[in-house]
Amino acid sequence: MKNAIGREIPENIPGIGKVKPFAGAFATKPDMNRQAPSVKGVRPTDNKLVDNLVDVFKKIPVTDGMTLSFHHHFRNGDGVVNMVLATAAQLGLKNLKVALSSVFPVHAPMIEHVKNGVVTALDTNYMSGPVAQAVSRGLFEKPVVLRTHGGRGRAIESGQLKIDVAFIAAPAADEYGNLNGVQGPAACGSLGYAFPDAQYADHVVAVTDFLGEYPLSPISIPQTRVDYVVKVDCVGDPKGIVSGTTRITKDPVGLKIAETAAKVIQATGLLKDGFAFQTGAGGASLATASIVRKMMEKDNIVGSFALGGITGYMVDMLEKGLFKKLMDVQGFDLEAIRSIAENPNHLEVGADFYASPFNAGCAVNKLDVVILGATEMDTDFNVNVVTGSDGVIMGGSGGHADAAAGAKVTIVVANLLRGRLPIIVDKVLTATTPGETIDILVTERGVAVNPRRVDLRERLVAAGLPVKDISELKQLAEKIAGTPKNLKTGENIVAVVEYRDGTIIDVVRQVEA
Amino acid sequence: MDLRRSMLFIPGNNPGMLQNGGVFGADSVILDLEDAVAPMEKDAARFLIAHALQTVDYGTSEKVVRINPLDTFAAEDIKAIVPCCPDAILVPKVESAADIHQVVSMIAAVEKPGQTPVKIIALLETPCGIAEAYSIAKADKRVVALSLGAEDYTAGLGAMRTREGNEIFTARTLVINAAAAAGIQSIDTPYTDANDEEGLLADTKLAKSLGFKGKLSINPRQIDTIHNVFNPSMSDIDWAEQVIHAIRKAEAEGSGVASLNGKMVDLPIVNRAERILHLARLLGLIEEVK
Repeated sequence: MKNAIGREIPENIPGIGKVKPFAGAFATKPDMNRQAPSVKGVRPTDNKLVDNLVDVFKKIPVTDGMTLSFHHHFRNGDGVVNMVLATAAQLGLKNLKVALSSVFPVHAPMIEHVKNGVVTALDTNYMSGPVAQAVSRGLFEKPVVLRTHGGRGRAIESGQLKIDVAFIAAPAADEYGNLNGVQGPAACGSLGYAFPDAQYADHVVAVTDFLGEYPLSPISIPQTRVDYVVKVDCVGDPKGIVSGTTRITKDPVGLKIAETAAKVIQATGLLKDGFAFQTGAGGASLATASIVRKMMEKDNIVGSFALGGITGYMVDMLEKGLFKKLMDVQGFDLEAIRSIAENPNHLEVGADFYASPFNAGCAVNKLDVVILGATEMDTDFNVNVVTGSDGVIMGGSGGHADAAAGAKVTIVVANLLRGRLPIIVDKVLTATTPGETIDILVTERGVAVNPRRVDLRERLVAAGLPVKDISELKQLAEKIAGTPKNLKTGENIVAVVEYRDGTIIDVVRQVEA
Repeated sequence: MDLRRSMLFIPGNNPGMLQNGGVFGADSVILDLEDAVAPMEKDAARFLIAHALQTVDYGTSEKVVRINPLDTFAAEDIKAIVPCCPDAILVPKVESAADIHQVVSMIAAVEKPGQTPVKIIALLETPCGIAEAYSIAKADKRVVALSLGAEDYTAGLGAMRTREGNEIFTARTLVINAAAAAGIQSIDTPYTDANDEEGLLADTKLAKSLGFKGKLSINPRQIDTIHNVFNPSMSDIDWAEQVIHAIRKAEAEGSGVASLNGKMVDLPIVNRAERILHLARLLGLIEEVK
């Protein structure tokens, strides 16, 4: 069957079951209640501190077939996932599902656990590195479920993603389970992606290498939701926690795109007092932010909030009074960690608060403008951020589809030519974010406006911006780089790409081994 | 009048930059075979630039190629590049009218029949070249502009380059005067600190105030600043329109003398006003003379 954006998807997918096809960004309404984790009692004499992970596994007890969840704030410095899965393997457990909000190269040992039957399912929002490559070549028997950050929050709240045990990598904890991410040797800032896990999992285990005095403060995740605390030698490598991409690009083409994107934002008319903004941590996004900042300074504009993954750049704008608040679901650098620890206007928010479509209102809905990237975009403005030109998984939606749906204006910034490949294609290899939620594409050779947004097109033309039809930009790119041949993939479905509302927007098929 | 507010150097041995050179909105792109390219890479760069001239769309940017000096690889450069129809050749280290004559004959020898004549922009970057500026400017009708290369020039003087540029004041004014006397354009030396936006702004303002018509640029980030300085301001345009209005009114009244705000409007003032309005029309700042 074809879904609302014309992607061919089976009605039933082995390992997934009956497919609910994507019907439109806001077409699917919630029809379920929140799940309720089991109610517990703890006596005054009970002790939550456990000596090691093996004992925790036995106390819970963790059994075959359970779903274990993890968060990704430690990014490529994470040590907890590998530690927990090694424990599971040591105890001979089988058939576990890993629900890890993002998978990084450091998680490569998971491949062996899959091959040995310890892990048989994966549920994530983003993956890169050896696991992603192995998934693309058919590592799992069941397709991996690729969600959005908001979609994961929704899936957990609604019980679609039922977590048996949430392992929360905690930079700091006390012996009674109060946790935060701002203290200890592996401080990572916000713990936002772990919030839904802590709230809805049947069992919650804090894994920490820094035990503070009771009561720990500040408290990000409270003792009321944490069953056990395990002290280990090291939860992760702080060098891998800080993202390496948080510098403004010096590439002249990237700067040209950023400059155009900033002018586009100005032309939308939204850059005024109360402006709410989200941008990524990549060099071009930060370059756009730096030009927007100059515009704000020049016109004395004070924004209401900046959202998403937070960098030192956004912290500086908060401290200079250019934004009143930061809403932080994930810190990207040491400045973000420092700021969230000490500034009451720097708020820690959970993944559901940030972007779940099925609650009483998430933060992305209040965005004026979001700047996003793309691996490919098609002439219907559908975006791929999952697979590369070779068909191998190299990313995932993360908050892409969430922010695109929520913001008043969604801008994709991308080089028209990525190396020798045009970014605009007739049909993206993997649809991640539907075109109806993308408003503007900014490239170094022109700007394309989604035909749904006649109002924006008029504003951009009036501002003298180089507006072209997306097909015109596509032809321009193909004139320079030629038309790439369509990639041939196998039939086996290795991942399903779930839209934030739980419907299936696309599938990823196996590439050659 | 050719618009050369900004002339952006693009390394000739960098395919990515050659491909993207047209996206920055420079009035001219200078595809460089000289300083940006190591001797071992000259032939590869020649091939790349020849190919770029024939295939890359540089939009409205003038296509200029900086060849190597006459005493090195200029002959091979001209032979490879001229048949690919660049708009102009930037000739480095020009020191005399004879140099220009030599370049002209080399160009003429390889130009294809019917090809638009390739222009010459002379880069003066030695004390001799500055001393000979006027004869170089007048050497041939292909010469459309003189430009100043301050780094080599100050090395030749034994002077230190400074942010303020006092050491090149004489060279600047000589180049400007020679070009103006010959009726061609003068293009200022690049500002070499790409991270110093304030310095670039001050230096470009100075260049414009002295009479330069444009500035060489070593980084795409400099283009907007340079354009902003060389673009006529709205008050320039208002003034120019008032001048033209005053002269037309005087002509209509049969008077040979016009005045504006109590000052006589003579031919140089009219010429200046016409140049401002012409530039404004070229840039789309005004649609027509009111």
